[in-house]
Amino acid sequence: MLIKKAPDIRESEVTPRSWYVRRREFLQVAGSTAVAVAAGAAGPIFDGTATALAQNPAAQKLENLRKSPLSVTDEKLNSYKDVTTYNNFYEFGLDKGDPARYAGSLKPRPWSVVVEGQCGKPGTYNMEDIMKWFPLEERIYRMRCVEAWSMVIPWVGFPMADFVKRFEPTSKAKFVKMTTLVDTKQMPGQTEPALPWPYVEGLRMDEAMHPLTIMAVGLYGEVLPNQNGAPIRLVVPWKYGFKGVKSIVRVSFEENEPLNTWKRMQSREYGFYANVNPAVDHPRWSQATERRIGEFFKRKTLPFNGYADQVASLYAGMDLSKFY
Amino acid sequence: MSPTLIIRRIVKPVVFLAALGPFTWLVYNAFWGDLGVNPVETITNYSGIWTLRFIAITLALTPLRWITGFNPLALFRRMMGLFAFFYGSLHFMTYFILDHSLQFAGVWDDVVKRPYITAGFTAFVLMVPLALTSTQGWIRRLGGKRWNLLHRLIYITAVGAVLHYMWKVKLDTGYPTYYAVLVGVLLGARVWQRMGRRAVAARTVPVRREA
Repeated sequence: MLIKKAPDIRESEVTPRSWYVRRREFLQVAGSTAVAVAAGAAGPIFDGTATALAQNPAAQKLENLRKSPLSVTDEKLNSYKDVTTYNNFYEFGLDKGDPARYAGSLKPRPWSVVVEGQCGKPGTYNMEDIMKWFPLEERIYRMRCVEAWSMVIPWVGFPMADFVKRFEPTSKAKFVKMTTLVDTKQMPGQTEPALPWPYVEGLRMDEAMHPLTIMAVGLYGEVLPNQNGAPIRLVVPWKYGFKGVKSIVRVSFEENEPLNTWKRMQSREYGFYANVNPAVDHPRWSQATERRIGEFFKRKTLPFNGYADQVASLYAGMDLSKFY
Repeated sequence: MSPTLIIRRIVKPVVFLAALGPFTWLVYNAFWGDLGVNPVETITNYSGIWTLRFIAITLALTPLRWITGFNPLALFRRMMGLFAFFYGSLHFMTYFILDHSLQFAGVWDDVVKRPYITAGFTAFVLMVPLALTSTQGWIRRLGGKRWNLLHRLIYITAVGAVLHYMWKVKLDTGYPTYYAVLVGVLLGARVWQRMGRRAVAARTVPVRREA
């Protein structure tokens, strides 16, 4: 299946273009015989088959990716188009199409990351160098947005634990705080006070060191597109998507829990932990179900987004309805 | 052709087709698979916003009639109101079928627990009797006065729809605020008109007595 082979052999190399074009035509003809409502249901299905493969020919390919046993193996990947044209990145606007439309102004190279706080090796590190520190892995993860939709995304990156260890955090480092770039020229959405800029997120040290937590630098075997948080972002698959801070320019090791942006905005609705939890609703909507992009009916949301076996122990004894 | 006939035979069908425009757009784009990455969300948002727009158009006709003195505007109230109900039904059915797989228990759970659903559901349910009694027959059966009173329910629907929108969005309150102001002005116009009429009545009564 596509999932197992994605980085080595793309479906576009396997399925001749004419086949899927014909398949698309067939579906359209089939659809035309259906009533309007059924056509509505069929529409996005063609969308999925025809555009799943439309990766960016200009993007730099990331070679020799390691497979990871932590990848999801039994779920269908969302298409490149799904992943790169539908997401929240308020630095480029509030609509989920805005990042893809406006992120062209972001300059992800050259890029540097400032490391500071409770660690032995603070400093300013070049992205070019960071890319060479660790072997890159593919990690296929479920991504569950706090807005109750989800995707399956083939990220490329390295364990955050390896990244963190390089800076030799001291015993005082209890949390890692990460910050997005602020630059209204590169990020036009920042001219609006939609959120207090810069965007800030954080993890408890044990969360940051967990093997599932990665720093992503690519997706679909290519360098991370601007709209998905180039050149480097956080991915924590058992937490709501907003924890995945994008276009990181600052990593700080802290003694105290950092105040993350959404908690600062609405602490009743968004917490520091933001673990995916079907039992704890958002005050305004249910988190019990989610719409997997590409599906029509909602599916049940799993505790910790299906990663409970690996991560539930991190929160043993904590009241997750209080620490949401 | 008399002006009334022109309105009936030409203007009304044109307005009817125009009001079907958003629905046509949805069907067309659904057919070509162009409803975006999350088509269900697109259908939900699109039918929702058009419901609110038709509620606003319906509410705007009477104040516009006062301002312009163009009375035939009243002939469009039923059609616009029924289109509000049409788009509202589409919005509700999308939610009922695709979000709740036709399980009424889930809907009821939302209605009880979530203020934005409470507001939206109330707004929709109150439109049902208005749509049912929109015929000439029902106007006659109820009598103009009672019928008018019943159809003031649209004021509650309008407020409910605005609250539904306002409470749903995560951050982008710009559009909901715009519609809140719009509905506020349209309802305010009615209050203002009524107060004006009362003031005029108060002033004119003694004059009449003298005469």
